[in-house]
Amino acid sequence: MNVAMVNAPQVDRAATDKAGLRERISIRKLDFYYGEGHALKAISLPLYDRKVTAFIGPSGCGKSTLLRVLNRMYDLYPNQRAEGEVLFDGANVLAPKQDLNLLRSRIGMVFQKPTPFPMTIYDNIAFGIRLYERLSKSDVDGRVEESLKRAGLWNEVKDKLQANGLSLSGGQQQRLCIARTVAVRPEVILLDEPCSALDPISTAKIEELIEELKADYTIVIVTHNMQQAARVSEFTAFMYLGELIEFGDTQKIFTSPNDSRTQDYITGRFG
Amino acid sequence: MRAKLYARRRRRNAVAMSLSLVATAIGLGWLVLILGALLWQGLSGVSLKVFTEMTPPPGSDGGLLNPIVGSLIMTGLAVLIGTPVGILAGTYMAEYGRYARTTSVVRFINDILLSAPSIIVGLFIYEIAVATMGHFSALAGALALAVIVVPVVIRTTEDMLLLVPNALREAAAALGMPRAYIIRHVAYRAAKAGIVTGVLLAIARISGETAPLLFTALNNQFWSTNLNAPMASLPAVIFQFALSPYADWQKLAWTGALIITLAVLTLSILARALTATRRQS
Repeated sequence: MNVAMVNAPQVDRAATDKAGLRERISIRKLDFYYGEGHALKAISLPLYDRKVTAFIGPSGCGKSTLLRVLNRMYDLYPNQRAEGEVLFDGANVLAPKQDLNLLRSRIGMVFQKPTPFPMTIYDNIAFGIRLYERLSKSDVDGRVEESLKRAGLWNEVKDKLQANGLSLSGGQQQRLCIARTVAVRPEVILLDEPCSALDPISTAKIEELIEELKADYTIVIVTHNMQQAARVSEFTAFMYLGELIEFGDTQKIFTSPNDSRTQDYITGRFG
Repeated sequence: MRAKLYARRRRRNAVAMSLSLVATAIGLGWLVLILGALLWQGLSGVSLKVFTEMTPPPGSDGGLLNPIVGSLIMTGLAVLIGTPVGILAGTYMAEYGRYARTTSVVRFINDILLSAPSIIVGLFIYEIAVATMGHFSALAGALALAVIVVPVVIRTTEDMLLLVPNALREAAAALGMPRAYIIRHVAYRAAKAGIVTGVLLAIARISGETAPLLFTALNNQFWSTNLNAPMASLPAVIFQFALSPYADWQKLAWTGALIITLAVLTLSILARALTATRRQS
């Protein structure tokens, strides 16, 4: 290991075997604009099936913007536009004819701050399920339980499913939001700094959860915490000022990055 | 030097403080006087008869049943007409058209309407409803009151929906929830207490309006629930009776004023209680 790298977070996993990897989402020459501001510049990046990809970089580098392009969340606001291609199972997500609601039911998202809806814990989860599936009451009950179990929240809330979702603690609310996302059975889960508002214990729980979820889902996580990126992800993309500086195996990025800017960032010398 | 500066500051503070206290006392004093006079003059006239008998001819006994019912009918109808219009328009402005140019134009016009003198609303409805129909009617009265309800409800609906964090809408959209669903099941739910408060305040506002009713529903000495005929209302009866030379009428006017004040007070307390529960959640 390079002497300059002593401050870099430790990665406890071996490099991921590239054979057998399937590109679930392919970002190609993506540019993004906030009005006149050019926020993302010619980003090209693969997101592999059933792997965790972390986006890291200093504030304002465009990592959250990139995440919000993947489910076209930016469409809620005027004057924001994307150019280029984001292929999801071969179809361009950015195409005007793309049905946004269907897209978002396949690509779920968890936000920085927990956002439970102002309704009961049960309804918070059942609501999303009923949007796209006609299920009997007992099937919905089963799905609610399954989702809460997956999110590691079942034991804490099973006796108060009719309590308001807002009555839970911050960490529990965030796991409720993850349960809600998992319940609609998406194929990809986008996590936008999911632990930045949480204490270390809740953070550890969510990281364990990510570890379990990647058996079934393609996961993308934006994080400011480099240790977290090193712990949970197989692949890491380092972004700076709207550009993708380096993308590769997490193990490689955190031990011998190709670009000096990546090295400076992960060793804490800037950002 | 420092002590001197500080002493000066304290003296100034004392002066400013006493001035504000005096101003507060004057403001509150009038309120207490008004309420006191209302209770003093009105309370003695309150009896079961007030709620069971019609307005009397001068010199005989009677109650306020027809104006109370008339006020309830016209206020209720006005809310029924005005609330849906107000909520829908407020929803457009806060949700669908949040970034549209029309929204800022509509908001500007709505604010003018919000502070428009109610007598102008009365004249307007007189022109378009009473003059064309050829006679005064309860319907025209309700319409005039509805015109006052709409801007109040638009304003509160828009304000309350804008208070709903965007993060909540994004979270709902991220599940693949269509816009109409997000508004109905997430935004309305989060803003419900505030919107209901707005409607209650609108009711409080119109229940004391006199000017628009004088031009539209006029008044009626007799029992009538016919929407196509003039109808009595508490404010109009108070206006007529208070100005009359007859002592019984004047007494009934005070009692009517007390009833309106208590009703508005109850609505305001209800609205406050609702806002308080919203802040807790």
